[in-house]
Amino acid sequence: MRLEPRERAPLWLAVTAPLVAVAASLLLTSVLVLWAGESVPAAYALLFKGAFGSRFALTETLARATPLILTGLAAAVAFRARFWNIGAEGQLYCGALATTWLGTGMVAVHPALMIPMLFAAGALAGGIALLLPMILKVRLKVDEVVTTLLLNFVILLLVNYLLEGPWKDPMSLGWPQAAPIVDEGVLPRLVPRTRLHLGLVVGLAAAVAVWLMMRFTVWGYEIRAVGQNPQAAAFAGIGIGATVLRVALLSGGLAGMAGVTEVAGLKGYLTLDLSPGFGYAGIAVAMLAALHPLGVVLSAVFLAGIYVGADSMSRAVNIPNYIADVIVACSVLAVLVSLMLVRFRVRLR
Amino acid sequence: MNDLLDLLLTAGFWAATLRIACPLVFATLGELICERAGVLNLGIEGIMTFGAMAGWLWVYRGGDLWTGVLFAAACGALFGLLHAGFTVHLGLSQHVTGIGITMLASALSYYTVRMLLPESTTPPKIVPFQPLDLGWLSQLPFLGEALFRHTAMTWLALISVPVVFAVLYFTPLGLAVRMAGENPVAVEAQGIDVFLVRTGAVMAGSALMAVGGAYLTMSAFDAFYFGMINGRGWICVALVIFASWRPGKALLGALLFAALDAFQVRAQQQVGAFVPYQVFLMLPYLLSIAAMVVMARKARYPKALLVPFRRGDRV
Amino acid sequence: MRGMDNPRPVILEIDHVSKRFGALVANDDISLSLARGEVLALLGENGAGKTTLMNILFGHYTADAGSVRVAGRPLPPGNTRAALEAGLGMVHQHFTLADNLSVLDNVTLGTEPLLSWRSRRQAARRRLQDLADEFGLAVHPERLVGELSVGERQRVEILKALYRGARILILDEPTAVLTPQESEHLFATLRAMVARGLSVVFISHKMHEILAVSDRVAVLRRGRKVGEVATADTDRHALAEMMVGRAVTRPEVSHLEPGAPVLELAGVHVPGRDGAMALADVSLTVHEREIVGVAGVAGNGQLTLARLLCGLARPASGTVRWRGAAVTRWSPRHFVELGIARIPEDRHATGVFPEMSVWENLLSEDLRRAPFWRGGRVIDGAACRRHARDLMDRFDIRCDGMDVPARLLSGGNMQKLILARVLSRRPRLILANQPVRGLDEGAIAFVHSQLLEAKAGGSAVLLLSEDLDELLALADRVVVMARGHMSEALPADAVSARDLGLMMGGDLGHRPAAEAAS
Repeated sequence: MRLEPRERAPLWLAVTAPLVAVAASLLLTSVLVLWAGESVPAAYALLFKGAFGSRFALTETLARATPLILTGLAAAVAFRARFWNIGAEGQLYCGALATTWLGTGMVAVHPALMIPMLFAAGALAGGIALLLPMILKVRLKVDEVVTTLLLNFVILLLVNYLLEGPWKDPMSLGWPQAAPIVDEGVLPRLVPRTRLHLGLVVGLAAAVAVWLMMRFTVWGYEIRAVGQNPQAAAFAGIGIGATVLRVALLSGGLAGMAGVTEVAGLKGYLTLDLSPGFGYAGIAVAMLAALHPLGVVLSAVFLAGIYVGADSMSRAVNIPNYIADVIVACSVLAVLVSLMLVRFRVRLR
Repeated sequence: MNDLLDLLLTAGFWAATLRIACPLVFATLGELICERAGVLNLGIEGIMTFGAMAGWLWVYRGGDLWTGVLFAAACGALFGLLHAGFTVHLGLSQHVTGIGITMLASALSYYTVRMLLPESTTPPKIVPFQPLDLGWLSQLPFLGEALFRHTAMTWLALISVPVVFAVLYFTPLGLAVRMAGENPVAVEAQGIDVFLVRTGAVMAGSALMAVGGAYLTMSAFDAFYFGMINGRGWICVALVIFASWRPGKALLGALLFAALDAFQVRAQQQVGAFVPYQVFLMLPYLLSIAAMVVMARKARYPKALLVPFRRGDRV
Repeated sequence: MRGMDNPRPVILEIDHVSKRFGALVANDDISLSLARGEVLALLGENGAGKTTLMNILFGHYTADAGSVRVAGRPLPPGNTRAALEAGLGMVHQHFTLADNLSVLDNVTLGTEPLLSWRSRRQAARRRLQDLADEFGLAVHPERLVGELSVGERQRVEILKALYRGARILILDEPTAVLTPQESEHLFATLRAMVARGLSVVFISHKMHEILAVSDRVAVLRRGRKVGEVATADTDRHALAEMMVGRAVTRPEVSHLEPGAPVLELAGVHVPGRDGAMALADVSLTVHEREIVGVAGVAGNGQLTLARLLCGLARPASGTVRWRGAAVTRWSPRHFVELGIARIPEDRHATGVFPEMSVWENLLSEDLRRAPFWRGGRVIDGAACRRHARDLMDRFDIRCDGMDVPARLLSGGNMQKLILARVLSRRPRLILANQPVRGLDEGAIAFVHSQLLEAKAGGSAVLLLSEDLDELLALADRVVVMARGHMSEALPADAVSARDLGLMMGGDLGHRPAAEAAS
């Protein structure tokens, strides 16, 4: 078997390939549905209905997509620069910590000031959390994959300590959770009586901003250049260190903002189960979108739909909701293959 | 403080060290084999999870312990085949594929457990490997408890270190694996199929990772818990760097690491009043980072690590 | 016809072999034969299809049509192992050795069944030693390949083939990395092998070597065999014409009166990095309107010299003066702003961003600069595209529009892209590092004419090249590098390739005979 680079991939191929890949992974995971003894069309219909079938389902899906857009952007920006930030989960919690620190009574100003301040603080905290791996990589050549992964566990233990100790809310009846965010800091609901909040708008704005930056600014040029060929970037006079620093702050910052939306928007207070792996899922979101910032929005909604739909389906029929994780993992791998097939032609001998 | 030092003199401490080290030894050797052939395998965390689940489930369903280990290894090898198919044959990003494999293997493990077992607070238990009685050796004071009352799987872990070392350094196969990680074109030029060598190495390595996971459910504990691998896979990736891709140093690293881990568990009980226990739990992860920082400058990466090989490519 | 005037038995036959890569026809109906004890030279420009043909022979590629027979038996296609077992051995242009393993490991790989329990290192070491003695290829079996010189590595490559019992040895551009003297030693080895009944295929584009070493020459051009002659019946000019397909025109070199010094190095020491040779006490002056050539075997400090002048390395001691003033800031961006045009040695590795478009690649040294960036931050797409259109016309960059990714450009067009990027800024100094490596004759002529034009326009040019003919043809003065030291500059018309060879071998004090006599 040989792989030959295609001269130029037709646009329709580049667009349909990920869709075909997702369809293929749904087909693959239908084996698990059959194993559970359920009918495949019925199960997927339930899944779809649970995700997009009603006003409530739709708002739930979009609320779930909100942090995924932000962590997806975090991964997309970092991966574009070949900076393997697998630590969005930890950076998300850092953003949540900053929100809790500021928002549970330390300051209380008008929401128009309070909410931007919380996002700024969360972004800063997330960015700072990524600085250590970034410095270790640039200065000492320590692989950032492992350091960012390991820091996730450290940060989660820090949250654990704070919630069981100094930050524990005395009114929480013994549950490890922090005091609620003051009213001024709570993100307003977009649709009354649903969980959909202002965070979605922030996520969408962030996606557009990242897209504009990558495409039209010198920073975007430098990030792409460093990602594609660091040696040529250094030769051309692009500061590698400065670029990676920017990427780290941006990527960590986006993940940190996801922590803000969850604490100040969805839950109202910090808990240990604030994120069911949004940081890791962000990697899947970014890969499904082929690292395109606007594509991230679509793939985040798709992933959120799978998660929300699977929860709803597992309540109706006897299929564990872990099937959502299987679908997502399969999709990531299938999309990887499909994107390769867009660039290369497979020749058998 | 003296109490802390006394800890080091208890046989239980040394026995625990060995017990904690074993899954790390298996998985670190597995990752080492993959990377020596030029393939980073970040599927390790998920493959360990699946191995833990598969081995345990086999025995829970009435299977024999040793065939359970084999079953876990076979499952690991299958995931390795998947990883190799993507990274070796299709040349996809080793980072992203590995993360994808971890997601897939973990999700499949949890799905399987939920399918077969109703939700319950205490997971069902199996009868795990029992400590081997080595006669008078096991009866020795101190040494007996520290070194000679371990399960067969512990011995398997210790034996696998010299075996992997010997295969890598003294057989033609090992030479081909090491060469595939240094310069795959050279392997191809000598008439050996690089794809085959790398695929085989990734499968063998992944099998070892799965056995490392199975050690947890079949020897160290007796049940499968959600999230029980808890970053051990990632720690093994760090240990490989710490070990400079050498099996002997990998054993040393795993033992050092395990000793510190065993120490922190015991120290927790003594000074837990002053220091929050979370700090102790952070130590393994912080130590792994520190170990990488210390070794990173000296690290001699296999030259072709992360570089996909395409037949007919000019170097 | 073939073999009729040749009484020795035919050992290798290539029969009507064709191979296409997409639209490119790399080999078009090529037939060749090789006799026992014969040296066949395969001559052709870069891209003529020599390496492709050998890769087919060796099983790295599969031919689309045609067949290969070794000693009368057909060779299964696409099977390296079968080729090795049939007695083919190949010394690749880029050595296929692993640096972190020993010589013995590199040689024995693949000679024993993979699944055997242990390797017989003692016996292997003895056999390797015997072969080394027999052919005069001394290397220590236990040394790491990474510690060996380039010449020694080549010996390991040859030993690797001999160890496997090769009867036919294929050498792909073997002298590219050797001094003329080392090349002589290689030729002696080849003669010893031929005398023992081995056959050799010698791939080169250097005429004088082919004339010196071969019995017969086959010439390839654009994938076709365009001629085959006995070496005794031909000469340099006939071969050159056959290779290029027309009378070879040498670049019109006019000696101009050099102007003021542009770059002056005095007693410069630069530490090496990543195993590159350090610069030791290097002094050199380059003037306006002159080309200074730098000769030397790869790995003797050229890399560090290039890094210094690209702004990527700074001297530990000594002074670097730029148009009379000492240089104090060392960064690629500052050097670009001073007016240094840098043509990198490896255009793929350091020259382009493969997935970015051609117009974006043309912009890589103009970041934050008006008129391409508004306020230094936001791109002015229209201005950039106008600029790119203009450069693509002026430098004749041929591709499917300026939006295609740079990776799709051919080698020649990629080099033109790099030239366009740096020369459009009207540089005062051009650092041309192996500027024509791997290009075909048309692209070579283009690059050379651009360098000469820039010189006539007042630029200084520092030309680093491994091709002594190129250096002697283009340069006004030549310096030689050996082990990090640099010789004095000598007038190019007073030295011969032989003189340069002696100096490259380490005798930097050597002076051409004519000058010594005067």
